[in-house]
Amino acid sequence: MIDDIPALLDDARRRIEAAADLEELRSVGADVVGKRSALSSAKAGLGSLDPDARREAGRALNEVRQAIEGAIGERQAALEAAARATRLEAERLDLTEVVATRRRGHLHLVTQARDRLEDVFIGMGFTVADGPEAETDWYNFGALNFPPGHPARNMYDTLYLEVGEPETVVLRTHTSPTQIRVMEAGEPPIYSVMPGRCYRQDTADASHLPNFHQIEGLVVDRGITFGDLAGTLDSFTSAYFGPGITTRLRPSYFPFTEPSAEFDITCVFCGGDGCRSCGRTGWLELGGCGMVHPNVFASVGYDPEVWSGFAFGFGIDRMTAQRSGIADLRDLVTNDIRFLEQF
Amino acid sequence: MRVPLSWLCDFAPLDLPVDELVATLNDLGLAVESVDRVGEGLDGVVVAQVLEIDAIPGADKIRRVMVDAGGDEAVQVVCGAWNFAVGDLVPLATVGSVLPGDFAIGARKMKGVASHGMLCAPDELGLPGAHDGILVLPEGLAPGTPFATAMGITADVVVELEINPNRPDAMSVVGIARDLAARLGLDFAIPEPAVGDGGGGASSAAVTIEAPERCGRFIGATIGGISVGPSPAWIANRLTLAGMRPINNVVDASNYVMLELGTPNHAYDLAQLPGRGLVVRRAEDGEAIVTLDDVERTLTSEDLLICDAERQPVGIAGIMGGASSEISDATTEVLLEAAWFLPIAISRSSRRLKLRTEASARFEKGVDPAILDVAVRRFCELLGVEPAAPITDERGELPIAPTVRVRRARVNDVLGTELADDDIVGLLDPIGFTTAVVAPGQLDVGIPSWRPDSEIEIDVIEEVARLYGYSAIPRTIPTSSLTGGLTPYQRDRRLVRQLLAGLGSSEAWSTTFLSSESIARCGLEPSSAVVVTNPLVADESLLRPSLLPGLVAALAYNGARRQPGVHLFEIGKVFRAPAPGAPLPVEWEAVAVAMAGCDATEARSAWEVLAEGLLLDDVHLEAGEAPGLHPTRTARILVGGVLMGHLGEVDPDVLRLHGIEERVAWLELDLEALLGAPHGAGLYRPISKFPSSDIDLAFEVDDAVPAGTVASTLRQGDDLVVDVVLFDVYRGEQVRSGRRSIAFTVRLQAADRTLTDDDVAAVRRRLIDGVESAHGAALRG
Repeated sequence: MIDDIPALLDDARRRIEAAADLEELRSVGADVVGKRSALSSAKAGLGSLDPDARREAGRALNEVRQAIEGAIGERQAALEAAARATRLEAERLDLTEVVATRRRGHLHLVTQARDRLEDVFIGMGFTVADGPEAETDWYNFGALNFPPGHPARNMYDTLYLEVGEPETVVLRTHTSPTQIRVMEAGEPPIYSVMPGRCYRQDTADASHLPNFHQIEGLVVDRGITFGDLAGTLDSFTSAYFGPGITTRLRPSYFPFTEPSAEFDITCVFCGGDGCRSCGRTGWLELGGCGMVHPNVFASVGYDPEVWSGFAFGFGIDRMTAQRSGIADLRDLVTNDIRFLEQF
Repeated sequence: MRVPLSWLCDFAPLDLPVDELVATLNDLGLAVESVDRVGEGLDGVVVAQVLEIDAIPGADKIRRVMVDAGGDEAVQVVCGAWNFAVGDLVPLATVGSVLPGDFAIGARKMKGVASHGMLCAPDELGLPGAHDGILVLPEGLAPGTPFATAMGITADVVVELEINPNRPDAMSVVGIARDLAARLGLDFAIPEPAVGDGGGGASSAAVTIEAPERCGRFIGATIGGISVGPSPAWIANRLTLAGMRPINNVVDASNYVMLELGTPNHAYDLAQLPGRGLVVRRAEDGEAIVTLDDVERTLTSEDLLICDAERQPVGIAGIMGGASSEISDATTEVLLEAAWFLPIAISRSSRRLKLRTEASARFEKGVDPAILDVAVRRFCELLGVEPAAPITDERGELPIAPTVRVRRARVNDVLGTELADDDIVGLLDPIGFTTAVVAPGQLDVGIPSWRPDSEIEIDVIEEVARLYGYSAIPRTIPTSSLTGGLTPYQRDRRLVRQLLAGLGSSEAWSTTFLSSESIARCGLEPSSAVVVTNPLVADESLLRPSLLPGLVAALAYNGARRQPGVHLFEIGKVFRAPAPGAPLPVEWEAVAVAMAGCDATEARSAWEVLAEGLLLDDVHLEAGEAPGLHPTRTARILVGGVLMGHLGEVDPDVLRLHGIEERVAWLELDLEALLGAPHGAGLYRPISKFPSSDIDLAFEVDDAVPAGTVASTLRQGDDLVVDVVLFDVYRGEQVRSGRRSIAFTVRLQAADRTLTDDDVAAVRRRLIDGVESAHGAALRG
């Protein structure tokens, strides 16, 4: 029997507290509550006692055992926590001293604008059409109601290719030839936008690039009016540029549309109050538009008495550069990574 | 076209604020590019005569100038301009005056010298002219005279308009005034010049039109009593405001008439005109003439000449007069020409001769043939002379101004308006389109002689819309029964962009135009590239046959700016000369990736990501070579057995020529072909619920046998093979020279059972046999 239970408990607690690590704790545990411990021996010796004394002594031993096991458990938790803390501290990493090895690239600013423009028109029920950049004179001019020798051809500084007879194949000067291809490829109704690269014999300067990007829109359906054109441009501009941005149409001239118009949008910088960007007019020039000319319908075999439609187009690069505060369009094509990474 | 408001007021009583004038012009399609207010802010500006000019100690940019400004004492000013001398007359803005742009002049001190006013440059006074010196005034003006009085300047507004090519009528003061009057509901009239009919008894000019198909009308007037000298101030001022330099009274009157009526005209010195008559004929091929600008020009039979009565050329019709009969100080008698020439012929001649003039710009768009006689008489009126003889008026073939049937319903259908017949009539009549309602909703519209652009119904509808006002047309939105969206190709193209950006490459935009050298420098062949006939830069005359030159140049650009390791990609059209007989060059959309500081393995990874992202099927790589790429580090990319492009590294020689000191991983594909191959997810293949087993196999194989081929053999070696991963390549003592060890982990799995050891052993044997027999390989122990 154990003479002095409190002393045994104190001793066990002391040893448990003194255990420096989990291994030592296990060995202490074996000593104090294991099979060969004094406690186990005492329990084995209970059988020699009379029933009352046995019950009494048994309860006392159980209480001691529970107390000791509780102490072991607490000590174990503390040691485990300390071990984890040590291990984690050893793993400490300064994430700012780590060099990132994977980087995300950037889409070109003009691509981002083009995608957004497409998405706005898709939301309005338009499809997107692509077309060739090298075109015949017919698609670039003839079918668009620019007969050979037409003075309006001089509005475009056309680049010709040495293919076939002289001046029969051009680098498209606008995205409008895609209108013809879209109409030839199918029947109305047509609601389509046609983005892409165009070419003119322009010296590259702050506001011109010899290759540049346009987006063109074409709607052909029954009963399409000039009012529809203006309304469609309004919904596009408010969706793309923001609420309150509306359009102003001014009479203009393009051989492939009539009536034709230039369209301006509310200045996105001053909201129409007038500022430096808009030359204090409150408007920014954006593009051209108009009702599809009957001769254009005739080129593709559409009956202008049945179908009517409108077309519009504008440059993507200049608009985008202006919105992003890029004063010189040539910055768009240097491919300087410090430029590309800003967008 | 620059137009002073005062000049417009000669034809219509315009009285509206400038901003409303500008808005009205814009709304009429006469786009206002700028507005200059002249003659404002000139109070306090006086004529001054320079008395002394002295240096200021310690100043090398400014000088002290003493001027006589009409007062008792000389005025001292400090001036930074050097273009005048003692005795010159100059404008002085006195203290207290407020120049255009609210520029107040006060007394100042510069370098300790007091300045009591400012000597002015033209732009500081709101006058045309550059800011490159003080305006030096004509001699004879009295110092102290108000500048505006001395110069005959009255306050005016000059609008600069951009005229559309379909509006030759608006290349004249009267055309612009007519539009404004119509929109504003004002009267408009072109006054009849107060000139007699030329009954002076002299003989009329003989005019012969030998090319009536080119010259529809030709008026010749002999005008005597001319004394060449300066124009009256008001004419000189108007021309100046309109942007033309006054020359002498004859030339100025000619220009004035052109600007006012839109009628180019030409005055020949009659004394220099043998035969005192003119012949209009086509040039002979190779015939030459020295034009007014003293340039000899060689012509073809497509060019039209004005000749003297002896058939010697005295001018290129509609473009430029000849030097031989130019007006001189001695001229006393002129023959004035006003004519109508076939517009398209003038346009072609002007283009071929690369000679564009104020006259050709008008003739090529079509001048008003009905107003030519008014123009001639207006010329006389301006000069204060009379025709010396009856005016000769010869006709060739003139287009007949059409009458156009216009349907009211069509007008409203096109515009989305609800105009009545009367509304249409009310809009058209004031701009000279004569209207007759022949039945309800049916109008016959006579096109005026000055609107050759109007020929058919839609042209008239445009005029209705223009005069009604585009802003007045109600705006609506059409309802489409269609659903919009991208095509599969367009969706996948966006996906490719995102995949490549996700890999860390940024999107470049390189030019389509390349020089032969830049193509050759990339190891490519320039001779099959498409040639631009008229390139802007002579040596950038080829269309890119590949994205390689553009992207390599971009890497070099970045490298030269201490930005190594740049990764770029581009998607764009590339071109090749057409097959014989094909109308257009071959063009296709290519995608390319260039990664500086990376070797070919990165290109391989990029391709893997693309193939995975697009879920391409039947993809193979095989060793190959391609121009511009590293000869021993390039693979051909095959999808479904079709060559789609190449990956690897850029040829070190190409990099050296571009000054690039890093390796550059490269991937280029024909995007259209690639996205044309089967790709995308198919039906779901259920995942086996049974455990898989891995076996490792190492083979000794000839270096010539690609690892990818061995992997394919393993993959196809048994139905139970679900994955093959290369995990080790070893070259060295343990294997024979010219061979290497390649080790794979092969994963086996059945859909319907757990594999037994016997199953695995049998497959293993089959795979070993297959690789050994197909590739001359030996299993390593």
